[in-house]
Amino acid sequence: MRLVISGVSKEYPQGLTVKELLEAEKVATPEYVTVALNDALVDIGQFAATVLKDGDSVEFLYYMGGGALSEEELRRYSRNIILKEVGLKGQKRLAAGKVLVIGAGGLGSPALFYLAAAGVGVLGIADGDSVDLSNLQRQILHGAADVGKKKTRSAEESLRALNPQIRLRVHEGLARADNILDLIADYDFVIDGTDNFAAKFLINDACVLAGKPFSHAGIIRFTGQLLTYVPGRGPCYRCLFQNPPPPGAIPTCREAGVIGALAGTIGTLQAMEAMKYLMGIGELLTGALLTHDALNMDFRKIKVAARPGCAVCGERPTILEPRDYENPACEL
Amino acid sequence: MEDFAIECHLDLTDEVCPMTFLKALAALDELRGGAVASFRLNAGESVANVPRTLKEEGHKTLKISDNGDGTFTLVVKRSLEDL
Repeated sequence: MRLVISGVSKEYPQGLTVKELLEAEKVATPEYVTVALNDALVDIGQFAATVLKDGDSVEFLYYMGGGALSEEELRRYSRNIILKEVGLKGQKRLAAGKVLVIGAGGLGSPALFYLAAAGVGVLGIADGDSVDLSNLQRQILHGAADVGKKKTRSAEESLRALNPQIRLRVHEGLARADNILDLIADYDFVIDGTDNFAAKFLINDACVLAGKPFSHAGIIRFTGQLLTYVPGRGPCYRCLFQNPPPPGAIPTCREAGVIGALAGTIGTLQAMEAMKYLMGIGELLTGALLTHDALNMDFRKIKVAARPGCAVCGERPTILEPRDYENPACEL
Repeated sequence: MEDFAIECHLDLTDEVCPMTFLKALAALDELRGGAVASFRLNAGESVANVPRTLKEEGHKTLKISDNGDGTFTLVVKRSLEDL
């Protein structure tokens, strides 16, 4: 039978109870979870007796730190909280935050690790690939034992081992024009950790159309770039690069290579942007493109303005819904 | 201490920094603005740092008294601001 768990449809054996579902979903602290079944709350004493049916919709309602932080949370996040800019308020905002990372590869690995470590309440992991040996040089979510495993599953295991207190949502499969608006709908911030232009334009367009802030990043060889989009503030990715390049016009990383630690640098900056956005602190990288040349250890922040003629965020947009592009993909 | 209507008391002598400060801060977060809390702190680093750091967060130290056993009692009025 199929159940919809936190908005994600999954296959489960017939006759599954709520208690067994919590075990199957590896909910670390089921005693602290409230369960809503088809929008009705299930009493904790009824978990073992409540049998789920095909098509049921289940939400796990976690303690999100909206009130007091537990002693364990205080200790785990103490180095965040003692920062004046963060404090209890910032930590609670992280706990209440929901971030989707599209791509659990080179960029997504550090981004997801740091967001999980920081206590972001809900992390979405979207990927359609499996772990390959050649990924391990930079995709630090995955280990040798994970080769062949779905990246979403491998990532979920790594993140759960790091921080069992946060909630992880797995979105297995590629983001496409027909699913991306649903995919991003429930998140506060999106991180583009993908490796190809088609996905980057798709994510950009969907986030602009949905009014969703996101972090764009790209890496190749020893260079990387980063841009944060917030609705109404500065350019989107398409303002800078109007259309995806024709296939073959720009070398993919399979042709050009990418140095592993660079993915760590840029993906970590994406996590930093997401955290700043959630906490409402600092200055986001809006209105500027950060470029990084790791060989010469050069960082440049290039001011860029929104383009009035942009096809998606401009004054007269012509892109009114997400569209798929053809593009040779490479694995970052 | 009897001069104040203390709504919360915590013994923090088993803690070391930064948990001493964080537990005091979290306890104050639970109280309404202007409420008074007291904390038992060890002499030395704790009693030197906790009042100073709480002051930076906008809370007001009302009294620090030496308990004569190597510990101090800190009485703090919570800030009116959200923490």
